[in-house]
Amino acid sequence: MAMLDTAVTATETLTVQKQSRRRRGVRVQFTQFKWLYLLLVPGIVYFLLFRYWPMYGAIIAFKDYVPFLGIADSPWVGFAHFEDFFASPDFPRLLGNTIILALLSLLIAFPLTIIVALLLNEMRVTILKRTTQTLIYVPHFLSWTVVASLTYLLFALDIGPLFQLVNGVLGTDINFLADPAWFRPIIVLQDIWKNTGWGTIIFLAALAGVDQAQYEAAIIDGAGRFQRVWHITIPSIMPTIIVMLVLQMGQILNTGFEQIYLMTNSLNRSVADVFDTYVYFMGITQGSYSYSTAVGLFKAVVGVVLIFGANWVAKRFNQVGIF
Amino acid sequence: MAREKYRFNTPAGRVFDVFNAVLLIAIGIVALVPFIYVLAGSFATEAELATRSFFLWPETFSLDAYEAIFTSPAFIRALITTIAVTAVGTLVQLMLTATMAYPLSKANLPGGRLILSLIVFTMVFGGGMIPTFLVVKDLGLLNNYWALILPMAINPFSLIIIKNFFQQLPAELEESAKIDGANELQTLWNIVLPLSKPVLATFALFYAVGIWNDFMSPLLYLNDNSMWTLQMFLRQVTVATDLSVVEQDPTQLPPAQGIKFAVIIVATLPIVLFYPFLQKHFAKGMLIGSVKG
Repeated sequence: MAMLDTAVTATETLTVQKQSRRRRGVRVQFTQFKWLYLLLVPGIVYFLLFRYWPMYGAIIAFKDYVPFLGIADSPWVGFAHFEDFFASPDFPRLLGNTIILALLSLLIAFPLTIIVALLLNEMRVTILKRTTQTLIYVPHFLSWTVVASLTYLLFALDIGPLFQLVNGVLGTDINFLADPAWFRPIIVLQDIWKNTGWGTIIFLAALAGVDQAQYEAAIIDGAGRFQRVWHITIPSIMPTIIVMLVLQMGQILNTGFEQIYLMTNSLNRSVADVFDTYVYFMGITQGSYSYSTAVGLFKAVVGVVLIFGANWVAKRFNQVGIF
Repeated sequence: MAREKYRFNTPAGRVFDVFNAVLLIAIGIVALVPFIYVLAGSFATEAELATRSFFLWPETFSLDAYEAIFTSPAFIRALITTIAVTAVGTLVQLMLTATMAYPLSKANLPGGRLILSLIVFTMVFGGGMIPTFLVVKDLGLLNNYWALILPMAINPFSLIIIKNFFQQLPAELEESAKIDGANELQTLWNIVLPLSKPVLATFALFYAVGIWNDFMSPLLYLNDNSMWTLQMFLRQVTVATDLSVVEQDPTQLPPAQGIKFAVIIVATLPIVLFYPFLQKHFAKGMLIGSVKG
């Protein structure tokens, strides 16, 4: 009996010792890292406040949000806002507008970026290459407000230089800024002007990493300039192209609020309305917080599905993905 | 190597080289011309703007447009506001990013990986425009300049790149500082930050450009048009006047054509001035560590 008691006490002592050691371990770790944890505090507060609180707030998509009741106490409505949205005539129009703009950018702007990068890579006069790069990067740093203002000046009714040029050549009288048929081409042109140069950076970096010995071997085999690009350069940068494509897929529903908002007016609204601007108009200007949050949430979830889906497809085809 | 390649150039290849050079110069010009057109227009007289449709050099040089905007209280206010918000905002954003990146760059920090994955998650998924707006509203930041700074205070992408840069610094330097009795705060301030000046400068410029160019935040969070930033002002004089649906500000300028050109130039000028510094670093800065995640 006494022996048993001793054994129990021993076990207890052992447990207590272990616990205190663990506790001391935590305490030691904390003192060891206290400055680092202290430095983390402002950043964590930021992420909680401005990144995770909105994620919690997004549950108002499933509620009828009443500002004075707050997020937690507003009544639940389930999927009612989503059903309203999918049933409304706005839905197919927004989906169509958004997807068409995304596809235009994917089919025109994206290949153009790669082509410009390839052309720059083939440029042998260094000074010319540098100058071109310097010039084509600049528009990326101008705001959408500046780009929209430039567009308004260049295409202004009667007095804009491009208004006069294009209409003069075609013998037409198109008001580019108000004509719905010209909304998409102008958006794509703006996108190309602003972002093509910037987009080449990543491809130029990939091109710089291509093994030069391959070119030498190809030259000995008698491969011409074009053959070298086709059989060596493009396959070498394929992984980068795929990664950028996957990233683009995830962005399909993100048309860019500022650009579209600034180019939207009462005359081109039928083709201009996209998810991002619709969320703004319904939520901020009309105050339908829950409904527009539902639209935004739909967009975000589809975006996540698209990016993971595209990544999965890229891996299936034996290419690199991003995850 | 370049010369080597040249020796094996075919006649067709030489034709391509000429064609390529011409094409690239054309692309460069297309990128530049709209800007020169606006610059020329801003120095032209109203009469010239009304009669000549396109020019890259004004016939008569005039400062009328600049005089008009720089005597407008609304414009001056917007300009000063934008400069102040950009300066304060850049400092706040850079400090928050650097102080958070430093602890996360320590591989042995317990919980560091968890925090990092929670940060990466915000790059894929977010609450959206309306929930973010409601947070800003609940925090009492509507019609407050902090609303233009705090919601974007840390860019997860910049954070990760800066974190990776810190990781690449030689560990011996920090260890020797520690042996000398410096704590983590002193090490960060005296050793790590000075060594990271080029990277921090790059991201300071990126943040500054971001705040300077931001249109969405003032649109969402500032209702009072006496608080407007330059981008809001620019939209008002160039884009919105064509639609005449937006509320009119009594202090607003008459919509003379030259004024639009001049406001665009002022709104772009800092970017163009800082561009050489920006360009020196951005390609490298964007690629440092971005591959490693």
